[in-house]
Amino acid sequence: MQSLLHRLGWAALAATLVSGSAFAGDAAKGKVAFVKNGCYQCHGFVGQGGAGAKLAPKPLPLEAMVSFVRSTNRQMPPYSEQILSNNDLDDIHAYLESIPVGPDPKSIPLLNP
Amino acid sequence: MKVSQTKVDRRKFLTGVAVAGATAATVTTAKSAPTTADGGRLPAALPPSAHQIAIETGSVTDSSEKSRGRPGSDYMLDVIKSLKFDYVYSNPASSFRGLHESLINYGNNSAPEFITCMHEESATAMCHGHFKATGKPQMMLCHGTVGLMHATMAIYNAWCDRVPIMVIGGNDADAAKRPPGVPTYHSAQDIGVLVRDYTKWDDTPVSHQHFGQSFVRAYKAMMTPPYGPVLISLDAGIQDSPIDDPKLFIPKYTAPSSSQADVGALREAAKLLVNAEHPVIVVDRMARDQQGVDNLVTLAELIQVPVVDQGGRMNMPNAHYLNQSQGGQQLIRNADVILGLECSDFWNTVNQWIDNGENHGHGLQENRIKPTAKLMTISGVDLLTKSNFQDFQRYQPVDIAMAGDSQTSLPALIEAVKAAIPAKKKDAFEKRGEAMKDAWKKDRERLRQQAAVAWDASPISTARLSAETYAAIKDQDWSLVQGGNIRVWAARMFNNDKHYRFLGGSGGSGLGYGLPASVGAANGNKGLGRFSVSFQGDGDMMYAPGALWTAAHHEIPLLTIMHNNRGYHQEVMHVQRLSNRRNRVANLGKNVAPIGTGIENPNIDYAALAKSMGVWSMGPITDPKELGPALKKAVEVVKSGQPALLDTVTQPR
Repeated sequence: MQSLLHRLGWAALAATLVSGSAFAGDAAKGKVAFVKNGCYQCHGFVGQGGAGAKLAPKPLPLEAMVSFVRSTNRQMPPYSEQILSNNDLDDIHAYLESIPVGPDPKSIPLLNP
Repeated sequence: MKVSQTKVDRRKFLTGVAVAGATAATVTTAKSAPTTADGGRLPAALPPSAHQIAIETGSVTDSSEKSRGRPGSDYMLDVIKSLKFDYVYSNPASSFRGLHESLINYGNNSAPEFITCMHEESATAMCHGHFKATGKPQMMLCHGTVGLMHATMAIYNAWCDRVPIMVIGGNDADAAKRPPGVPTYHSAQDIGVLVRDYTKWDDTPVSHQHFGQSFVRAYKAMMTPPYGPVLISLDAGIQDSPIDDPKLFIPKYTAPSSSQADVGALREAAKLLVNAEHPVIVVDRMARDQQGVDNLVTLAELIQVPVVDQGGRMNMPNAHYLNQSQGGQQLIRNADVILGLECSDFWNTVNQWIDNGENHGHGLQENRIKPTAKLMTISGVDLLTKSNFQDFQRYQPVDIAMAGDSQTSLPALIEAVKAAIPAKKKDAFEKRGEAMKDAWKKDRERLRQQAAVAWDASPISTARLSAETYAAIKDQDWSLVQGGNIRVWAARMFNNDKHYRFLGGSGGSGLGYGLPASVGAANGNKGLGRFSVSFQGDGDMMYAPGALWTAAHHEIPLLTIMHNNRGYHQEVMHVQRLSNRRNRVANLGKNVAPIGTGIENPNIDYAALAKSMGVWSMGPITDPKELGPALKKAVEVVKSGQPALLDTVTQPR
């Protein structure tokens, strides 16, 4: 169990339990897939956004995210199932769900000069 | 013993040779071709004797040459000094050794002062940055062939960015007198051809007076908006030959006035602006100085029109509620009148290109504006377009095209707008202004929310890097001399209230600009008491790291903060896009990024690189909590008059 928790990551497990989704992915695998498939390039390693949109915390629902990735807003290159499977997207979604909410901006002095 | 003061008139001497040669040729052709005893042909020329070789390689001492009069390069320096150049950015080269010697000995290495650069591309980019910080053009001195070839990319950047640079290329044109071997490799018939497509003017003076005339003409050409680089080919012979013209003089320079757009067209534009429901001003390389910024604010406030600043220069203060750059795309979509001021790519402002392989891979081109929207432009580039390089971008039809310099035209446009405002519109303007204030406040809140998301992430988020940097420098009279891709945050987080707060980008997007341009800008800012800071991309840094040495050697205070994302990130995303389009998973090799786009394994130690060249440095910094203390130390180093570099390992963008 301990190794399983380690593999999945506590946050991913928690997200799975909360959502109760039958398609809940593996957050740890999702983190690897997020980098391997180049998502980080525009969205940042923790999905904070940059050249691309902010994805985390609180990502789009899985179905909406899959739909977007396949067709996109046309600024982002679409990913076909041939190169990014639905299982990989499940995992990536789990990873994005596992990313904790950042600090309250009001608590950061540099953002409140 | 009295040394003979033989005056050698180079031109008469050359004429004499030509005549002698012609005579010899006539004599030769008058006879039948020489033959050997057995009837075979003799070679046209015999191998040179040792004496001839000595003459041709310049190793024969001619005492009269040593004692002749004042060298021509002294006069050249007098011409240069008359135009008040502060610096000559240069990598040394034999083809301008005459002028080099005059600069440091006759001119005492002052106004202009020789700045030792490690690459001609860097020297040119330093001139580029220096001008944008100070508004004063500088001079780049190089070999006319190999050095100019090195410099070409940076000259192209300056051309695209409308920045004046006086480029001087040494060239030894006289094949009969120049040394053989390397100096001849470094000579050419026409060095100007290398850069003629992206300079405003070039010339090859063949006498001292010709140099004076052409140098002042070149200065005038580059300083007439739209600005641009110019080239003077500097013959080695006339650098070294004595001044023998008693009438030699330095031509007077009169600063030219710049072109204002036609008043009638400006009045028409004003009518459209004041009567529009949703007008937008889009501005790019407009403001040359604070006057341009102030006039834009005046124009915007008159009718409460939002301004979208594309960032080619600091045009519109970001703390002003009418700076609506963040919501720019939506404003443009909704606009009924759009005025573009010195936009480098107006087509791409009012259209978009979708690069996902549609249309047989050519992408989709879509209009992003209302079909009824009226388009107007004021652009100095309409006054100067060349054919070969495509910096003029796609052709965009407009309703009113005003050829002229935008900054020069703004006062007349302001007066035309004042005259055209109907009294009944004042309430509408006020209402629009209130809506803009609300939008501006909401954008600030979005900024805070977005910046907080990855606040504690490692690699360090670009938002945090920007916020920490601003906190460290905000009490200085700072100038962001180069923003790189951190600029998107700095444009919102830094209080850009003055023209010199941000200097724009490279122009032609040729890498190798960032560091040397920052060093040049910092050198200019140094004289004005400003604190220079630069966000430096890692890929760009490795094109021209030698500029760090120049900063250390000449004690140029510059805070360089690495945006070290360990990749050529623009290309990372291009390869990803094409991999997706072709249904292939991008091959990462041993990198995080697709093969060929990563700069990792091994990771470059930028702090060690800087230290090796005498620049104070820290890093690599991966923990965002270490940023603040490191910045504090680095700021103190820069305040003491020295350069400093922080290697910060960051998120991609």
